[in-house]
Amino acid sequence: MIKIHVDMDKCQHYGQCCFEADDVFALDDDGKLVYQEEASDDRLADLESAVDVCPMQAITITSA
Amino acid sequence: MTQVVIVGAGLGGLRVAESLRAAGYTEHIVLVGDEDHLPYNRPPLSKEALAGGVQVEDLHFRRKDSIDDVEWRLGSGVVASDLTARTVTLADATVLPFDALVVASGIRPRILPIPGPTKGRHLLRTADDAAGLRHEIAPGTSVVIMGAGFIGCEVAATARKLGAEVHVVALDAEPMIRPLGAELGAAMRRRHEAHGVNFHMGRTVAEFLGDDHVTGVRLDDGTEIDATVIVEAVGSVTNTEWLEGNDLDLSDGLLVDSAMVVQGADVPMVAVGDVARHPNALFGGPPRRIEHWNIPTETGRRAGAALAALLRGDEPDRSAFTAMPSFWSDQYEYKIQSFGMPGIATSSVVAAGSVDEPCVVEYHDDSGLVGVIGIDRTADLAPYRKQLAQRGA
Repeated sequence: MIKIHVDMDKCQHYGQCCFEADDVFALDDDGKLVYQEEASDDRLADLESAVDVCPMQAITITSA
Repeated sequence: MTQVVIVGAGLGGLRVAESLRAAGYTEHIVLVGDEDHLPYNRPPLSKEALAGGVQVEDLHFRRKDSIDDVEWRLGSGVVASDLTARTVTLADATVLPFDALVVASGIRPRILPIPGPTKGRHLLRTADDAAGLRHEIAPGTSVVIMGAGFIGCEVAATARKLGAEVHVVALDAEPMIRPLGAELGAAMRRRHEAHGVNFHMGRTVAEFLGDDHVTGVRLDDGTEIDATVIVEAVGSVTNTEWLEGNDLDLSDGLLVDSAMVVQGADVPMVAVGDVARHPNALFGGPPRRIEHWNIPTETGRRAGAALAALLRGDEPDRSAFTAMPSFWSDQYEYKIQSFGMPGIATSSVVAAGSVDEPCVVEYHDDSGLVGVIGIDRTADLAPYRKQLAQRGA
């Protein structure tokens, strides 16, 4: 299991992460980021990409 | 034991190192950087870091565990290279041999040769630049910003937040005109003017006034503006002087193929990020350098895999490179976000909202949609990005 955390003080809701892992990250109707706090281990590669492409570097993932 | 030398310890160099490891390269990697800092995120330098309260340590990129064993040589950049001897020479005279070379040396701000005092003139590229500038801007400080691109406009917004008097001097007709076009550029100018920024468009600085320290500028039309802080944001030049003498085409960065392999080099050699003139199959046309934040990551991933293949004696993946150019900018409470290449468009149309309100603007050329820009409409851009990504199909 992978734990996902987004620092919402840093997040600027650009949604770049949504294009890497759209099953975990999404922008809601108001343009605000919403995300799943857990994902299965087979999602690691896409989640690492999401971490990399975040302009604000607001995403951290940890193996639980 | 082979050795890969990565010239440039910014985002591009970091991503190549990670990508080399991900592609199975287990031997020695040296990252050489002219700054004293580990790779850090530059966009906040014109915003949060300039407004205060952000240290460079807060801006460091997370470094994957896979690169814990790389060697960092920071604070002494590469000044020369010999591709025949397969060596690079650092500013401190160290000579490093390499089996494969990565060009991630990026760009630096252009400095125009303008007469007058130099104290008070600032650039904004590095964390140290931002730290130096931060202490100079206070309520009431008069700041002249040369250049109305993204950095110039972001600094203008931040300086207004800090209570400074702000003048922007630029030769273009409108701010950010190349990426945004004239209509949206004008709309952004009006937003800045509503926040108190003074624009002097179509003008250049002819002279810095003052004896020891800048006290103002004289424009080419004779206008004088009092200012004690000058921020020069008039474009960039590539850091490629260290590659001279190797018969490479350095006319506009380094020409690479779709694998990011440097053309005309007889050694395993890739280039990434701002300095790489690369093809993009989504948009065609000539290979281009793209100074967007996402490009070092996209080109770095491809380049590391390519270099690992070359070092194994395999052919690199030369399939079409189709990374989506993307930029974003925060100015005041406004969020500008773009996908594609609006800069190559021949026409634009406002698809939603109006340019002085939250809006979506489409950019077209003969081939159809080439880019989209939203202001405060981020969530509406996803379908456009999808449409742009299908250009390669």
